[in-house]
Amino acid sequence: MNIHEYQGKEILKSFGVRVQEGMVAETPEQAVEAAKALNEQTGTEWWVVKAQIHAGGRGKGGGVKLAKSLEEVREKASKIIGMQLVTPQTGPEGKKVSKVLIAQDVYYPGASEHQEFYMSVLLDRASGRNIIMYSPEGGMDIEEVAAKSPDKIFKEEIDPKVGLQPFQARKVAFNLGLKGDAFKDMVKFVSALYKAYEATDSSLFEINPVLKTSDDKILAVDSKVNLDDNALYRHPDYAAMRDLAEEDPTEVEAGKSNLNYVKLDGNVGCMVNGAGLAMATMDIIKLAGGDPANFLDVGGTASAKTVEAAFHIILQDPNVKAILINIFGGIVRCDRVAQGVIDAYQNIGDINIPIIVRLQGTNAEEAKKLIDESGLQVYSAIALQEAADLVTEVLKN
Amino acid sequence: MSILVNKDSKVIVQGFTGSEGSFHASQMIEYGTNVVGGVTPGKGGNYHLELPVFNTVAEAVAETGANVSIIFVPPAFAADAIMEAAAEGVELIVAITEGIPTRDMIQVKSYLSDRKARLIGPNCPGVITPGEAKVGIMPGFVFKSGGIGIVSKSGTLTYEAADQVVKAGLGISTAVGIGGDPIIGTTTKEAVELLMNDPETDGIVMIGEIGGGMEAEAARWIKENPGKPVVGFIAGQTAPPGRRMGHAGAIVGGAEDTAAAKMKIMAECGITVVESPARIGEAMAEALGKVGA
Repeated sequence: MNIHEYQGKEILKSFGVRVQEGMVAETPEQAVEAAKALNEQTGTEWWVVKAQIHAGGRGKGGGVKLAKSLEEVREKASKIIGMQLVTPQTGPEGKKVSKVLIAQDVYYPGASEHQEFYMSVLLDRASGRNIIMYSPEGGMDIEEVAAKSPDKIFKEEIDPKVGLQPFQARKVAFNLGLKGDAFKDMVKFVSALYKAYEATDSSLFEINPVLKTSDDKILAVDSKVNLDDNALYRHPDYAAMRDLAEEDPTEVEAGKSNLNYVKLDGNVGCMVNGAGLAMATMDIIKLAGGDPANFLDVGGTASAKTVEAAFHIILQDPNVKAILINIFGGIVRCDRVAQGVIDAYQNIGDINIPIIVRLQGTNAEEAKKLIDESGLQVYSAIALQEAADLVTEVLKN
Repeated sequence: MSILVNKDSKVIVQGFTGSEGSFHASQMIEYGTNVVGGVTPGKGGNYHLELPVFNTVAEAVAETGANVSIIFVPPAFAADAIMEAAAEGVELIVAITEGIPTRDMIQVKSYLSDRKARLIGPNCPGVITPGEAKVGIMPGFVFKSGGIGIVSKSGTLTYEAADQVVKAGLGISTAVGIGGDPIIGTTTKEAVELLMNDPETDGIVMIGEIGGGMEAEAARWIKENPGKPVVGFIAGQTAPPGRRMGHAGAIVGGAEDTAAAKMKIMAECGITVVESPARIGEAMAEALGKVGA
């Protein structure tokens, strides 16, 4: 699950990770109030207005602005709130901004130069262990750093038997070239960050940049926090941070029917049991000359009820010109699934696009007979290639 | 010979009396798997499906000599169940459970690293050696006995592949569903290696999907250790980057874990890569023909 920057910072702060202080606002008036309160709390006289959406690259799209007076806070907040923010990660349609974070200015001048670093915590799938990945090249896209200067990316692997050790935190601080108070503060920062990662069951922390201020403090200027969906049952308070407005409404609805749905841009919808077969079905649609309109896994039991719910979800997409249902019946009998398809079809009524039903496995022949004799505008197939050929055929018409 | 499970496997079911455990245990027994009992803490001393129920894996192993355990325990308790089986000397642990938190699996992997147990899964359909033992949730009738080993991250796609292999006039030695999670007990490479060393396996079908580097690792191993034809398919050629496709591990994170990148590496390593999932059986029959000629 993704959460907003301001929510991620709240979580980090609760584990003793120093963050750039800020307050969230939904109107320009609230933004000004937040700026005043921040001034009292931190003494900051400049502020950063940051759009809160679930996507990176917000600065590039004009979603992050410096304000040097309360008047500028109002002006910049009113521009950003309500805007359709397009970043390299949102796609061309962008995302609507409904909240901004008013944050303190942490790039104030002082005794030393400030410095930006990159730091993330994530699972290394090859070793099955968490790693801290960090680089002295902060503030840039880490993919860019990896391509241009891979020697500037460091990794520290955490042994799950003992957790992060102090020597490892010191190594991070040394490799980042820190000394004195900044060194000590970085050791504290890394330890607190890793503790937070584990305790929150996160699947990714990405802090870019981590800042060394001109008075040698280490703090998180941004936060990207992804939480492990499978562990949310342990953290009802974090689960409540889910922002449904950031998600595709059809995907949210599918989730309520226990359907695993991801919307894509193509013209052929699909309904499949099992995630692997669902991806394979998307691939075969492409090879058959179509483009998959979605990923949809109906799960282990494809009953009339789930099939009907899946039909409703797929039919909401106006781009869908045909639907391929691909069920491999194992424990579920194909004739039952076929009956489910027929019932759902009749309940919904006017389905005006061709449906191809491929049922293979237990009682596949009986299922094909049921479909063929139903009198519905439904094509039936048993072999996967047959189904693919039918997709090609209906797209031609 | 086959790999991992056979007619001599003595299987216990953890989460035996729950609805999933009961249903699939009875299916396994019907298939002919030698299920010797089950474990449900607090229900020890009873009988279920005419088999003894034990409170602990320790008791179950002591009383029945079980060497294989299949786990249907809910996600919140599954990691504990896996570690219990490993602690009591069970040799093969098959974890069906979907949705175990990653933090738990990091602990499990570390716990298993200095024990002899092999873990298959989690979030997998299990293992089947046709005609001998089904330790999983797959429809047994699809898998006819023969010489093709299957390794796959997915459930229904494994059944699809097995069905095609059988319809191409071949059969299955052992099919292993290794699971679709980011952390799994047995990797693609490890399963391929077992099949490559099995005298009764003549060819291998390797099915992967987007995400992670396991298929590339297996492909490089195959290049170094050739001997049997391998047919490969990667699901998710049309999956958009950054989106999770059902399986917790099925997400394109970088350039290296896309379907296209994996397929390229596999082909370079001598694997017959099929673009269409409808061609798996056919390609295997062709590959075997070529080797025989």
